[in-house]
Amino acid sequence: MQEVTGLYVIAEMLRDILGHYLPAQYVDISMSLINIGVIFGIISMTAVVLVYGERKVSAFMQSRSGPNRVGPYGLLQTIADMFKLMSKEDIMPAGADKWMWILAPMILFIPAAAAYAVFPFDNQAVFADLNIGIFYFIAVSSQAVLPFLMAGWASNNKYALIGGMRTVAQMLSYEVPMVLSILGVVMMVGSMRMSDIVAAQQNVWFIVLQPIAFVVYVITATAEINRAPFDLVEGESEIVAGPFTEYTGMRFALFFLAEYANLFAVSAIATTLFLGGWHGPWLPGWVWFFLKVAGMVFLFMWFRWTFPRLRIDQLMALGWKVLLPLALVNVVITGVGMYIYQLLS
Amino acid sequence: MEVTTFSEREQQENELLQKNILVTSIDAVLNWARSNSLWPLSSGLACCAIEMMSSAAGRFDLSRFGYEVFRASPRQADLLIVAGTLTWAMAGPLKRLYEQMPEPKYVIAMGSCANTGGPFADSYSVVPGVDQILPVDVYIPGCPPRPEALIHGMLELKRKIQDPNVARKTL
Repeated sequence: MQEVTGLYVIAEMLRDILGHYLPAQYVDISMSLINIGVIFGIISMTAVVLVYGERKVSAFMQSRSGPNRVGPYGLLQTIADMFKLMSKEDIMPAGADKWMWILAPMILFIPAAAAYAVFPFDNQAVFADLNIGIFYFIAVSSQAVLPFLMAGWASNNKYALIGGMRTVAQMLSYEVPMVLSILGVVMMVGSMRMSDIVAAQQNVWFIVLQPIAFVVYVITATAEINRAPFDLVEGESEIVAGPFTEYTGMRFALFFLAEYANLFAVSAIATTLFLGGWHGPWLPGWVWFFLKVAGMVFLFMWFRWTFPRLRIDQLMALGWKVLLPLALVNVVITGVGMYIYQLLS
Repeated sequence: MEVTTFSEREQQENELLQKNILVTSIDAVLNWARSNSLWPLSSGLACCAIEMMSSAAGRFDLSRFGYEVFRASPRQADLLIVAGTLTWAMAGPLKRLYEQMPEPKYVIAMGSCANTGGPFADSYSVVPGVDQILPVDVYIPGCPPRPEALIHGMLELKRKIQDPNVARKTL
């Protein structure tokens, strides 16, 4: 089953077909273009699907029915929203810093998209299987701080500025426990390559061996992507819409797109590091991957619609006083456990 | 803050309309999109706002039509629901909120006070109908209108966006 339906086999078949018509070097170029196209397709589809999913999940949590009038089961709701956002008037505030203001939503999209390069969607189906894969992901995704601050600063709006400042404080302080929670997994595998991490989980998932790291990762990831209960950045009841306050139409939609791309990204990392990646019986690997990611996305949405928002000082206290020591303790326990395991075997 | 009345505003707009508008079949798609994705501004003035909130909650569920995305920032809203009594003191800020919204934007006057001033029509401090300062698309009667009435009003607005002739039938 795995042999016929794996993404790698499909890619090989495509390569064969292209080989009949193109010289060898063009085949490589067109294959990487196809890969990039597929990744961008996944990113734009996640936004459309996840917005609909979010509204349906929120409805489910509040015992409502959610969008069900536009198209069958309300499936066209997000399409309608997208067309509407595209056709809205584009307003730029009078005192805005023009270039920074325009660039912010575009730059925010780059780290969100670049992170997708290292996800192992299936056996051997990684766009770039870097030997520092997980490190690359952390490095790239933490760049998302900058565009938020740019948007907040350039909008010339006090709410946007407060929102931008909060983003920086929140994302920087949650980066630390997140990295430390991932460190436990990296210690056990002995490699930062994504395919090695997945291969090491063939028999037992790391969620079993690293439960503390998983909990810390999920909490910090929720804060990293600025979702409730850590959505202080966009706290509607306090600071209107945070850094997005002055953005209209398509520019606002780009922020939305990046938010959901990031949601998918952190879920994919959780799947790869803790839930065994594409490993699973019967079904092809990529189906397992997307199923597990969908499960993680549901978990994040569940958080959003059940927990109230934290205050900024509570957020900082949780990050530095609870999650960071927990992650450090986890690293120590992992080290001691590995030492004992080596002595016994 | 100075408040221009609606009739003055309409005059200015008519002058703009003289320069005319390009109409193609893409309008059909955009109208479908706009009418199915009205994001209201989360602003409530008085008791009607309670009914507005209730219409978004579980029992009446505005989200079925895709209208539940209440945005806090006027920059991302399409629809201003004037829910409640509008005083002259609040008229300036409300007008400013309306002007901060990007085109195309719509206004619903919800409840008797927003329609005509209601029981306060003769008061020195209450605007006798928000159509004095804003171009109202749909009037919803009631004191306050029930959530079903608000949903009906929004569906009428949807009908109006998809086919503007619906609103001109009586003329």
